[in-house]
Amino acid sequence: MKSFNYVITDEVGIHARPAGLLVKAAKGLSSKIVVKAGAKSADATKLMALMGLGVRKGTEVTVEVNGENEAADAVVIENFFKNNL
Amino acid sequence: MEKFGGKAIFKGVAIGKIVFGSKEKQQVRRTKITDVEAEKARYETAKEEAVKQLQGLYEKALKEVGEDNAAIFEVHQMMLEDDDFNEGIIEKIENQQVNADYAVAVTGDAMAEMFANMEDEYFKARAADIKDISERVISVLLGSTSLSQLSEPSIIVTEDLAPSETIQLDKNKLLAFVTELGSSNSHTAILARTMNLPALIGVKIDKEWNGKIGIVDGYKGIFIIDPDEETIEAYKEIQKKDTEKRELLKSLKGKKTISKSGKQIKLYANIGKPLDLGSVIENDAEGIGLFRSEFLYLDCDDFPTEEEQFAAYKKVAETMGGKKVIIRTLDLGADKQVDYFNLGKEDNPAMGYRAIRICLDRTDIFKTQLRALLRASAFGNIAVMYPMIISVDEVLQIKAIVEDVKNELRAENVKFNENIEQGIMIETPASVIMSYELAQNVDFFSIGTNDLTQYTLAIDRQNSKLDSINNPHHPAVLRSIKTVIENAHKAGIWAGICGELGADTTLTQTFLDYGIDELSVSPSFVLPVRKAVCSAD
Repeated sequence: MKSFNYVITDEVGIHARPAGLLVKAAKGLSSKIVVKAGAKSADATKLMALMGLGVRKGTEVTVEVNGENEAADAVVIENFFKNNL
Repeated sequence: MEKFGGKAIFKGVAIGKIVFGSKEKQQVRRTKITDVEAEKARYETAKEEAVKQLQGLYEKALKEVGEDNAAIFEVHQMMLEDDDFNEGIIEKIENQQVNADYAVAVTGDAMAEMFANMEDEYFKARAADIKDISERVISVLLGSTSLSQLSEPSIIVTEDLAPSETIQLDKNKLLAFVTELGSSNSHTAILARTMNLPALIGVKIDKEWNGKIGIVDGYKGIFIIDPDEETIEAYKEIQKKDTEKRELLKSLKGKKTISKSGKQIKLYANIGKPLDLGSVIENDAEGIGLFRSEFLYLDCDDFPTEEEQFAAYKKVAETMGGKKVIIRTLDLGADKQVDYFNLGKEDNPAMGYRAIRICLDRTDIFKTQLRALLRASAFGNIAVMYPMIISVDEVLQIKAIVEDVKNELRAENVKFNENIEQGIMIETPASVIMSYELAQNVDFFSIGTNDLTQYTLAIDRQNSKLDSINNPHHPAVLRSIKTVIENAHKAGIWAGICGELGADTTLTQTFLDYGIDELSVSPSFVLPVRKAVCSAD
């Protein structure tokens, strides 16, 4: 398993639009990707669950990437967070 | 005539017939089904149709209100395709053998409930999105049509409007809308603002209003039912002014401020706090000609730190992109008191211990501000302006202090604009008389006509008994302005006006004749002044 931490810088947090894009990105990868914020966690392919985390600006999330291509996939997802969130 | 309060989300006025959109909740009945597979297929088909509708709405919105506002319909498509939402529905059809419409309604309600219970306002408002998508699918399943066509220009009054309903409405016939629910963060509110539609939310609505005449006042946040003739006339007047303003805005936005004879003026805005930046941009000012830095000192209990000031200046510089931002150093004095300065009471505060006089006495305060300004100059086009100057000696003292600060920053390897422009306010008769010499030592002049008038005419501008003789068009004031501009040009520097007289369009031609280079006015005067310059010779 690969994982990284990221502090959200987007003004409204993980809101609908980037969450939707994250779902698209995650569905394109073979790894299972889970976003954890505090006690809650959400599968990155599930839009409502991601939004349901209620992650706001300044919150640190942990992203776990599991699968055969986890090393490469983790890089893709980390870049996604940096560029969109 | 009756009045009802609400929260305005767009400033504007609408007068017209009220159409009460009684939003009958779609009746969803729970029925037992026998063919689970057929019901699942029925759901899938309806969902595909809903996604297709949303795609159409996305394309319509893209054309009408731009990508940012259209994005919501793309998000709705994604929500409809969300795994949890779909699995929830399929599961209910399979396990409870219920009809698809019922399964959608129950699943949508549960998800909307989850969002409604979240703490953050943004996420709370998403409950409306979930309801919107589930109702869309239900409509397809039930074969019902959404909002009917409006037959004449109307004010829509309804409990709530989904973003998709807002965009579907015929804009040529939609005057305004008034809703009971909704938040100013809702997409509908955002759409209303983009579409320039007067709108009120949080109004306790009544279906008896249907067919009556109403007035939406988006300035005061009131909804008037059955207005009398007088009220209607008064609002028509406001509407007319609004329209004129918008027309002016449209015709002058993005245009150069250039006279018929080809003289181009730098047309800037005066502001007092970062919050005013929105109106600077909205009114298309070409830069900021006077940014009063006092707000940093007035809104706190102690001297603002270098970091606080730096952050504020940097933000303004960055927001304005490469456009000029002229920041005036501290202009407090005995008439604008701040407790922690301990300035004491004076008999003649207008001529007292104030502005640059404080700064040259309390160089610690001055240096903190200069450091913040210089550091911020690395992030945009900042110029500095010093108030209340009366002599060349003051300018030389200031420049020595600025040089000290620059040396400090160089030693610390902190970036700043080495060639930052430094100018002075011309607001004392002494500075007018000495303007030839002063011009040799600074990069620009900005004439503060309010104080210049007060000091030149020896008329206290706070004393209303003197209003009748307080004439800013006095030849002494105008001749001073002319002298200052001439002396500026002799030294090869530019001169502008940042006082109220700059916005006096009866003088625009005179200032152009004098050779004025810059005018800085309140944001709301930018476009009227541009119009005056463009129609002057």
